[in-house]
Order: sequence, then C-alpha cells, then structure tokens
Amino acid sequence: MADDKDVLRDVWFGRIPTCFTLYQDEITEREAEPFYLLLPRVSFLTLVTDKVKKHFLKVMKAEDVEEMWFDFEGTPLKWHYPIGLLFDLHASNTALPWSITVHFKNFPERDLLHCPSNSVIEAHFMSSIKEADALKHKSQVINDMQKKDHKQLWMGLQNDKFDQFWAMNRKLMEYPTEEGGFRYIPFRIYLTMSDRPFIQKLFRPISSDGYTHTLGDLLKEVYPVAISSDDESKRYQVVIHGIEPLLETPLQWLSEHLSHPDNFLHISVIPAPSD
Amino acid sequence: MKAVHLTLVRLSLGLNMPVSLLWAVDVYGRVYSLSTRGQQWEQCRDAVLEFKRVTAVQQCCWGIACDHHIYLNVHSSDVPIRYQEETFENQRWNPMDNFSDHLLPSDRWQWSNITGLEHQPLDSFFLPSTNWEWEGDWYIDENFGGEPTEKEGWTYAIDFPATYTKDKKWNSCVRRRRWIRYRRYKATDTWAKIPSEGHSGPLPDPFNDISCGGWEISEEPRGRLSLWAVSLQGKVWFREGIHHHSPEGDGWEEVSLPGEVVQISCGPGDLVWAVLWEGQLIVREGITRDCPRGSSWVVVDSPNPEAGAIHVAVGDNVVWAVTKDNKIWYRRGINSYNPRGSGWIGMIGEMVMINVGLNDQVWGISCEDRAVYFRQGVTSSELSGKAWKAVNVPRDGDIRSHSSASSSSLHSAGCFFSGEVRAQSVMSEDSDTKNGPQRAVLEVGACPSSPPPDPPPVDPDAPKPRIPKVTSDSFISEMLSDRKVKREGPTTAVTAGPSIPEEEASLREADAKSPPLALVLSPSLSGGPGDPQWSNVDLEETQTHLAVGPAGVRGDTADTCSLSSVATYTLCQEEPYGADEHPLWAWVSGGGCGVDCHSQLNWFNSATALSSSVQSMSLSISPAQTAAWRKQIFEQLSERSKREMDNFKHYEQAIEQSQSVWVKKGAMQWWRDWKPHKWVDVRFALEQFSGPEGNQDGILFLYYNFNEEKKYLHAFINEVTILVPVLNDSKHTFAVYTAERTKQRWPIRLAAATELEMHDWLALLSVSCCDSRGIQGPPSKQALWSVTCKGDVFVCEPSPSLEACPYPTPCDQMFWHQVGGHLRLVECNSLGVVWGVGYDHTVWVYTGGYGGGFLQGLASSTDNIYTQTDVKCVYIYENQRWNPVTGYTNRGLPTDRYMWSDATGLQECTKANTKPPSPHWTWVADWAIDYGISGGTDREGWQYAADFPTSYHGHKTLKDFVRRRRWARKCKLTTTGPWQEVPPIPLSDVTIIPCGAQSIVEPIPLWAISNKGDVLCRLGVTLLTPAGTSWLHVGTDQPFKSISIGGANQVWAIARDGSAFYRGSVTAQSPSGDCWYHIPSPVRQKLQQVSVGRTSVYTVDQHGNLWFRQGLTPSCPQGSSWEHISNNVRKVSVGPLDQVWIIADKVQGSHSLSCGTVCHRLGVQPMEPKGQSWDYGIGGGWDHITVRGNSFEAPRVRMPSLTPSLTASLTDPLRTHPPRRPLSFRNTEENGNAVRC
Repeated sequence: MADDKDVLRDVWFGRIPTCFTLYQDEITEREAEPFYLLLPRVSFLTLVTDKVKKHFLKVMKAEDVEEMWFDFEGTPLKWHYPIGLLFDLHASNTALPWSITVHFKNFPERDLLHCPSNSVIEAHFMSSIKEADALKHKSQVINDMQKKDHKQLWMGLQNDKFDQFWAMNRKLMEYPTEEGGFRYIPFRIYLTMSDRPFIQKLFRPISSDGYTHTLGDLLKEVYPVAISSDDESKRYQVVIHGIEPLLETPLQWLSEHLSHPDNFLHISVIPAPSD
Repeated sequence: MKAVHLTLVRLSLGLNMPVSLLWAVDVYGRVYSLSTRGQQWEQCRDAVLEFKRVTAVQQCCWGIACDHHIYLNVHSSDVPIRYQEETFENQRWNPMDNFSDHLLPSDRWQWSNITGLEHQPLDSFFLPSTNWEWEGDWYIDENFGGEPTEKEGWTYAIDFPATYTKDKKWNSCVRRRRWIRYRRYKATDTWAKIPSEGHSGPLPDPFNDISCGGWEISEEPRGRLSLWAVSLQGKVWFREGIHHHSPEGDGWEEVSLPGEVVQISCGPGDLVWAVLWEGQLIVREGITRDCPRGSSWVVVDSPNPEAGAIHVAVGDNVVWAVTKDNKIWYRRGINSYNPRGSGWIGMIGEMVMINVGLNDQVWGISCEDRAVYFRQGVTSSELSGKAWKAVNVPRDGDIRSHSSASSSSLHSAGCFFSGEVRAQSVMSEDSDTKNGPQRAVLEVGACPSSPPPDPPPVDPDAPKPRIPKVTSDSFISEMLSDRKVKREGPTTAVTAGPSIPEEEASLREADAKSPPLALVLSPSLSGGPGDPQWSNVDLEETQTHLAVGPAGVRGDTADTCSLSSVATYTLCQEEPYGADEHPLWAWVSGGGCGVDCHSQLNWFNSATALSSSVQSMSLSISPAQTAAWRKQIFEQLSERSKREMDNFKHYEQAIEQSQSVWVKKGAMQWWRDWKPHKWVDVRFALEQFSGPEGNQDGILFLYYNFNEEKKYLHAFINEVTILVPVLNDSKHTFAVYTAERTKQRWPIRLAAATELEMHDWLALLSVSCCDSRGIQGPPSKQALWSVTCKGDVFVCEPSPSLEACPYPTPCDQMFWHQVGGHLRLVECNSLGVVWGVGYDHTVWVYTGGYGGGFLQGLASSTDNIYTQTDVKCVYIYENQRWNPVTGYTNRGLPTDRYMWSDATGLQECTKANTKPPSPHWTWVADWAIDYGISGGTDREGWQYAADFPTSYHGHKTLKDFVRRRRWARKCKLTTTGPWQEVPPIPLSDVTIIPCGAQSIVEPIPLWAISNKGDVLCRLGVTLLTPAGTSWLHVGTDQPFKSISIGGANQVWAIARDGSAFYRGSVTAQSPSGDCWYHIPSPVRQKLQQVSVGRTSVYTVDQHGNLWFRQGLTPSCPQGSSWEHISNNVRKVSVGPLDQVWIIADKVQGSHSLSCGTVCHRLGVQPMEPKGQSWDYGIGGGWDHITVRGNSFEAPRVRMPSLTPSLTASLTDPLRTHPPRRPLSFRNTEENGNAVRC
C-alpha cells in the first residue's frame, strides 16, 4: 500500500514539461530556437528560468533586453504563484508541453510584480510561510525557528532538496493531537474568470462540534458555485497539483499533504471542459 | 459525509482505549451501562428487579435493588476468578504399618492446614456461596518447590514441624502431601444477591446507599475493595474481606457514627465522606493500609448554612457536594494529608446528584432535565474542570432517537447558510474568555439537541419543575407511578419540536391526567431546548424564526417550530413519529469508567454517534487507508506523473541535482575518547550528498581542539550502525556506533544543548542512515526487534547471510534503527505479527506503521501511529541506624550511607531532589512506601539488617542495627509509536509461534503470561487480526513467569518457583493443549526464561546460565537433560531456524566492558544445534531481543572449516569470567554502557 509520505514526494517532484518560445516581436539577431525544460510544479517561474534567460540572451542584443516575463496565450504569468498553480489555472486542459512565451520588453506593470533578484522570491516565499503559520499555529512554530532554519526551507526549495526542505517543514505540519488539526487551514482558491485574485478566509479543519471538515465543506462555505449538484453536469473542476481530489477528502489531510512549499493549499477552480 | 472522517479519527483513537463502563439507573429503576467505545446506553436485561443505586469499580458493580438487598455484578474476564483450596495429608511411619495415618496423640491432625494447627479434612471444604462452583475434584500436588516429586507427591521429614524433602531417607519418620482443589466464581455478568448478614446475624434494617472504592489503599490482598453502606436508619456498615479471590466479601461490620447518615461516598484511595441527616458532612479519618475502615469521623459544615448538604461525592483528591437547593459545591484543599479540605466553592449548574469516577472525573444528573452530565476539562492540575456537557446517546430500547434526528438535521441545515459554521466556532472560542454560566450554555449549545443546564427564560409564573427527592425512599415508587402515564404519552418528552400536533395533544393529555408529569417536562416544552443555543449562533436566516422560540409562550412554540422545520428540517419531516421519551436518570456511577479529559468519547452528539456506529461497521471492511478519497489521490497522482512526465523524460531539469552538497552544522558536546574523559565543546556537521547511483550518502564531522590544534573525527553515514538516544535528567545525549565502535564498546557520545535539538539531529541522522542503506517504510516481517533498558525499540533488517554458516554477517555490522514507542519486551514471528509489553504490563500490538516518538515527518508513517503511555516506578531508600538512646533515627554514623539514597547507598536521593528518569517522564503520584520489596517488610515498610549493605529481612531482631525502607513514586511517559493497546489483561510475557500459518486466515498460536502469573492462550490471532479476539485461560497450580511456543506447537513455560513445564498435546485443533508436564530444572538452579525455536529449547536461569535441552525427539518432546552452554546470559531468543541470540552481560571490548549486549551464536547447524561460539553485536544497555521473525535460510555454501584466524577472534570471553559473580560498575562514567542500565 502506498504511504502518505509518497504523496509528499509526488507533490514535490511534480514536473511540467514546458516549451519556452520567444515572443515574435522581440528583436533578435538570429532566429531563437524554442527551449524545453521540466519545471518543478512547486517552484516559482523566475527561480527556475535562469537557463531560459541564458538561452534567449544568446540571440539578443543586450540593449534590447529588459526584465524577462512570461505569458501563456496572452495571459501574463504571475511569477509569485507557484508554477503548478499557474499551469492548473491557465493551461490544465491544453496539450503538453506547456507553451510559454518569453518576453524581454513591455513589462506588464499592471499585472505582474517585478522580480529583480532571487531575494525577492525568497522574501515572498518566506512571507507566505509566515502567513500560513500564523493561521495554523498563531505563528508559534515559525517564530520558534532560527534564522538558519528559515534558510533551510528556502534553500531546500531553491535547490530542489526534498529531504532538506521536509526536515524543517515537518515542524510546520505538526499540531496538537487533542486538537485534531491546525487552527485554520491556509488555503487560497483561485478562479479563472474572476476579478478577485483569489479567495482566502478563516476556515477550521474541525468544526466546534468535532466534525472533520472536507474539501467539499470548504467550497460550500467559500465558493459554493464550484460544487455541482447531482442532477446537473459538472461545471467546474477543483484542481490541486493537477489532480481533482474527491470532495470528501479531509481538509486537514489535504493541508498536510497537498500544500505547496509555501504551506498554502492552492486550489484552482476552473471551468470543466465542455466535451 | 463529513462525519465519516471525523469518526475515523475518533475510532482510531478510541481503539487505543480499553473499554470500560459508565453505569446509571433511570428513574424507573432500570440499570443501564454505557461503554466508553459505545454510542448507546445498554440496558442490563438480567436485572430482574428495579435498582435504586449502583456503585461501580473497574472489575464489578454493586447495587441496591428495590428489595433493599445488595447485589453484585462481577464483570466477566478472560481470566476467571479461581481460588486454590489446599489441605495436607499427614502420615507417620511405624514399624508395623510402614507409613500410615496412625499418628501419635501429640501429632497434628491427619488432615490439616500447612501449619498443622487446623483440622482440615477434604469434606470440610464448602463453597462460600451459590455463586461459586468447583472446577474439579481434589488432586495431589506433585510439585515440591519447583521440583517434581515421586508419583504420590509425598514429602518427608524427621518430625512434623521440620524441613521436608522430596526424598525418603533412613530417618524420615513422617511424611505429608498437598491436596489441591479449585473453586471458581461463576456469577459473572449477572446480579448476584449478597446475603445481608452481619457478623451477628441478619442486619436490623435494609440498605439505602452504598459506595465502593478504596482499591488504592493497599495492593495486598490483590483487588481489595472497600464497600461502605448506609442503612435506612442512618447507620453505616463496612463490608469486610472483599478482594480478588473473594469478590463478595465476608460480612458487614457496623461503624459507629456521630449522627444519622443519609448518603456516603468512598474514593479510590483513603477519602470517605458521608452526609448527615441534618445536612452536615462527616469525613472519615485514620484510613490506612492496616485499617481500611478508618478510625474516626470529623464533622464538616454544609457549604450553605441555609440549605444542608444532601449528597457528597469523593474521588482521589476531590470532594463535590450537593446542597438541598441543588447547588453544587467543590471542596478546596483536599489532599492525602488533609482529607477535610479547607473551604467550599460554589459551582455553576444544579444537580440532583454527583459522582466522582476514575481520574477524578465528575458525573452528574441535572436537576433540570435529569440528563447525565460529564464535567469537561477535569485534569490533575484543574480538578474542578470547566463545564458540564450532557451525555447524549440513545438507549438500546430507543429505535429512532428523535433527538439525534433533529440534531443531525440541524447540522445539515446549518451548512446551507453561509457563514454559519465559522460563526459558531468563533462564538465558542470567544466564550473561553468569559466565565461561568455563559460558557456552560455555549458548550452545551455545541451539541444542539441537549437542553441547557440553566432554565430558559420562561415566564415567571411558570412553576419550577418538581424533582422528586433522591434521598427519600418514596422516590422509586413515586417514579414508578409516573411510568404508567409516561407510557401513554411517549412523545411528550420531545426535545425539539417539529412534531407539533402530537406534542400539543399529548401535552393536553398529560395535563389532564397527571399534573406533576407536565411540570417535570416543562423545560423541554418551553420552546424546544435545542433551539435557543442555535439562536446564539449566527444562523442568519433561521435566526429570526428560532429566536422567537424561547421568548414565545407555549402556544407560539408550535408556529415557530413548524416554520423552522419547514425551512430546514428535512429529516424530521420524514419521521414525525420518531420521538421517544427523553430518559430521566436517577443515579450514575463512573467509578469503573476509565476516561480522562483527553478521552475521545462519542457520547456527546447523537448525530456523531449514529454516523459513527455506521462507520464503525464499515471500518472493519475498509480501513482508513483504503478510503475512496485517498485512493483517488494516489491514483490521480500517478496518472498525473504519467501524463506530465513520462513522455518528457528527455527534457532538461530546471534545477540540476548534482550541484549541491547540503551541510547541517551545530554545536554539541562530545564525550572525549581519551582520558581524562569529559564533555568537550565541539562543532558538529553532517554533509549530505547524492552518491553515484543517486543514493543519498553523507559524512559526519566532529571538529575539536586538541592542544590548541584543530582536529576532526569523522564517520561515514553508511557505516553508522545505530543511533541510541540516552536521555537523562541532566544531559540530552545520544550515542553513535559504527562496527568499529561496537568492537571497542566505545561509541561516539554526543550531547545537544536542548532536547529539541537532540531530537532534530537524531531524526535527521536516522533518516540519512536509513536512506544510505536504502531502508524505507515499516520493518519487514523478518526484522529482528530489540529493546534497550530505557524502553527504546530498535529493529534490524536481516540480510540473507545473517544466519549463514560458516560466514554469517558479523553481528557488529548489523544496522539497527529505532521505532517509536516504549516497551519492556517485544516478540514477533516470521509472518509480521509483533506484540509488545510495556513496563506497566500493558500489552501492545504492532500496527504496521513506522516512526513515532521523535521520528517525525519523513521518518514516520502518517497512519498507524498512536499515542502510547507507559508507567514505571522510581525507587529511593530511607536508611536509619539504631542507637541505644533514641532507637532508630535518621542520624547515621559518619561512615554510613546517605540517609536517603539509591539502592546502592552511594548516591543521595531525597524525595525532593529525585527527578523522573528523563524529561519525557512526569510524576503521576506522590511518594509512597513500597511494601512489595523482596525480603518482606514490617507494617511500616521497614527492612532490617545488621549493617549496611547486607541482606535485609522484614522483621526486627536483636542483632539488627540498621533498617531501610523503599519509597516508590510512579511516573508516566507519553509518546507515540506504531502500537495499539490490547486491553484489558496486563501481561508479563508473550510468545508467538515463530513459523507456521501460511494463509491469512489461519490462526497463529500466541501464548502469554499475565502479570499475575496466569497462563493465557490467545484466540483469533491471524495475519489480518494480529491483536486476536480473546484469551483462553490455561490452568496452572502456581503462577508462571515465562513462556515460549516453538515449531510443531511445542509450548514450554517457567513457573515462578523456577521449574520448567512442557504443555502436552497442543495442536491447531486443541490450541491450549491438555496438561502440564513438570520438567526438573538443572540441579540447584531456578529457571528464569525459556525460548523454543523450530526444535531447540533454551532456558536461562537466575544466575545467568544458558541451558540447552538435550534429547528432544518427536517421540520424546520433553527431552532428557539440560546442558550448560554459557554463563553471563540475561535473555535468550531462539528463532525459526533454531538460530540462537542472547542478551549477554560482561562483554569485553577493546576500550570498555558492556552489559546487556546482543550476541549471536555461531556455528549453529541442524546437526549441531548448540553452536560453537559467540559473536558480539550492539550493546550495552540492551534488555531484550527477538529473532523469531527471521526465517531467511542462508544460501548453502560448503566450506571446509572455520579458518583459524576467525575462530581465534571469536573465542568465548564470557567463559573467562567466573560464573555467578554479580556485576558491579563503580565507575559511573564507564562508556561501554552508553545506555546505562
């Protein structure tokens, strides 16, 4: 029987085959070959695309290069969302490899944050973890950690070191047995067709009278539209890490096993394919 | 759906808890019990009579029936209550008749007791009562002090009061033999009448109240209980002689009183309080081990001068009282030195009675609705608890409980209103900061169908519900008169009100027929008690409707309820007639109910209860791991990998793996390798990298300064053989062994600054060691298990060549890794069934998980890890010396040992400075004198001797100038591990057949010894149900201590007197065999332990000698004689290949000596089962090993003979030491025993 620990590995080692092509309007000295790469689902675009940048810079003049950014079918891709989330949200039912367009000009200031260096990603990543722990443990666990422990989490992600990351991250996943779960579940629900970037509310894994909340309970509470009733055809897919967990999956379990390294459960609600 | 997962969690927790019962009597005198794992009250059907009162302890329940007689219900157990009657047949020799029953006139009786002073012919033995039966007829005991006698069991002596021997000598003039017969208590699980006779004939008046307790006062005789009773005239009686072998006791003794008592309560310890007719309370003083009845009474005033006390309930350290106005009071300042306490504190709520159960948990019956309430949050630090919570489960007679229907519908209704669930939880959290009544209401509100403890705001004219006086004897009859009416209108007691027309009708009906009934029920009619709480909660839309409920007059209730039921109650509409009467309780007793504030109970929410009962049925079929959602996730993840990765493996990885070495550094202390040994500060680092084949590897570095020079020491992770935590109260240390270090008996000992840091390092190192050896997940079925003297559990995955001959894997190269949990011994078989026994004799079965304890995260499985507790005693000694002036005092000679010391006298150990063994242990009791020490004690626990340190005896003689007594204090450890409790019988030894059963349903023979020495055979153990189902008791004439079952169902056992027994005719069809064959021990040796492999039988005696049984053949399974193999052996484990492993003492390494070392017998072959020499593995500090899972036959290699060099290195240094010398370790800094024992 597969063990729950295997889920952690599967989540961590999830990869999306991606084809990077240079935007047609970019000025190049010679034709730019597309670049193929396996992107870790749990990482961030700007953290893992040094190779892409290097590849395209070979065919470009230095003066034509500004900050690199990406889009998929015209939608600018937010680097501060985990890669897997971007894929699930925008491209889940498209053909693989995922085709991303690379830009070096016309940075969409309205849509994207600048990412001048990895330290910005680190700051963003650590602030997510801290926020998540504030929800889970009133920040007690993260505050008890030392600076080097924080660094270990980040280095684990940056270098794709599962053991290094989880040696520390497990502490963030602990909870008092008698409470049966975290204080609140750190989650974000993303909708493709909404103006809101995402939904985030306080939601407990166990109700006050002892019920274990499930994914379905969460959706019922914060985004009931996502749940189709029995008689109608499925309108939405609820996707986490490229899979659709059953609605009766306990939320606490999901939070422990299917959270991203930033400790958030990133849930995409996308329209179901019509066919 | 949502309930399902919750109950999975609860059930899995619940399984860990032994089942015990809460007892209650309803107002009609029907007795019910509620199991801690159950979800409904089970009526005690065989109680023919109505009962008035019950008082329960763990093993039984006493009750007063309406005939005023006392009845006893002893819970049945797999081990029956049996008592051994014995008598001696005496004979004298004379030249005429040889030995005959012609005795001299000065001699003892021909049939007598052991002393010869009492005449005891066989026909003078009678059953004590009709509740007993004889097990068989009288027979002769042929065992004499561990040795078999001649056929007829005679023992010989020169004259009568003399030493007997089993051999007849020329001067043997008398002989005697022992006859035994067992009687068995048969009236279990039924109410057996206890004749109400005092020592001087029948008691003058019938009983009115009883209370049972006092089992903590003394452990001798086993199962001793105090039973106090109050008669109708207010007299108090104490039942003498209740203990395990005499559950009914002997008779009643009157206890003199300062007044007339109406009710009495007796705690588990020495607390006994009673209520006087006038309303004061009296406290019994002078209750001791020698005098469980106590000596005198002290009066304590009622908490409220206006309203006297009517009821009192005591526990270990608490006293609760109820006054005539139904107010509840908690007594401050109760402890063992001050049973009177210091003052009263008024508590929230109104109750008719209160009962204090195990762990000082409190139960009550509300005056408002007659429901049973449980006091939440009672802990040893907060004995008064936090709030009352109604026990809300249906009775077994209720087909459809209305309350459950309404509550579940309420709940499902709630889900449709956004914001509701969260609002509710926020509310209840806020209420934590408020105190008192507000919180009580809210907490009860959390379980929707329960009525509030405070009366809802009814209009002031409404009369208060009339509650019959519990103390009055008219009470039962009064309630019985209610019953008739009650049955005619069963729907009147509806707790929520959707079924309006019926309710109105029955209300009128009830009003017309019986006004008191309507009054009793009034609270439940005033607006549907389920509703007001929900109006506290932000139910947005429903709020407007529901909020009318409590405010509205009765007529309005109909409208509001019907409105709300239309709006939300779908379930209720389906079953408008599903309502049943709301149970009215009269008495509750939690004295046998083993819950504490952490217990997970399914008693407080009927919706949960119902769904979990459904779930529990399905659980046996589909365990949690195969839940649909989990399967879905596993499947989809592997599909995802296939979809997204399989075709793209040629793509480049975004992050290159080989680019980094990961280093973890820290500061530690290191126990220096050279003299003078001391702790020195070092830098510590673990470098991890990926090996050439992608496997993880690493190196440990230890940087230290030597003569101002920087140096380092290193160890390759793949060479580390074991990491051993060595927690003590001063340092957080662990030991790292490699094969080389094991040879030296000198590990790398490291100390971290904090416990947390140590556990981090251990967890990390452990994962990296396992990774480097490719070990993942749970131990295999073939794994070797071992336990250290600290209770830590280790496993080793055997290589196929471990039992190879002549070149097995060297013992010191075996890699051991830790599994969570705390055990004293562990036993396994080759099918993966593993059982463990804790220090407190609790039995645990392995769940198939791994990790637990400090092994968290990746090193631990998520499922199959449960909380495990263990309890052990810490002992210190109080030493005194005699002087002619003042007798024994605590002033010793200047040369004497400390007046408070450890067993050796070398270490000062006072009550105040003695700490639990490690920070993981916490004290759970106070210091108490230990009377159970070997050698015996006097009444105050003292043992006497001529001087320190010599042998001690339990009575003072003229030559004794010193004395000592042992104090014990219990401490408890709570940890986690892949173990689940197998209640209820505590064990001291267990054994599983090492080979056998091939199919998963075939029963696996498992035998055990209870901690009382009973031999037990487990039924229903299979691969699917490793915990089995029940015990089968196997009779013995004396207590046993060790047992082992080997190939072909050979069962060998060792009795407490050191003799060996072979069980005949054990087969799959007759799993418990037919009779015991007494096997003589090796000459002048008392055996200690036995282990039976495929064919070999090995025993260890009390002096550490290892013996092999010679001459075993299929036709003669008992063998012929014992052959000495080795000395300095502590334990032996013989496996399914007849491989022999031991725990040896005194193993000399190149640097140090170690005790408690795992050793392997080399050269064991089918034709040479005794082997040749020992190979030394991990140690010291090991206490137990089992190799009974390892059935890996080594690949057969033919080799000429052992090479000379190998034999040389493996000669047996054990033999070089003189046998039977006790070990002594003066140098406490000895490194060889990293885990010091």
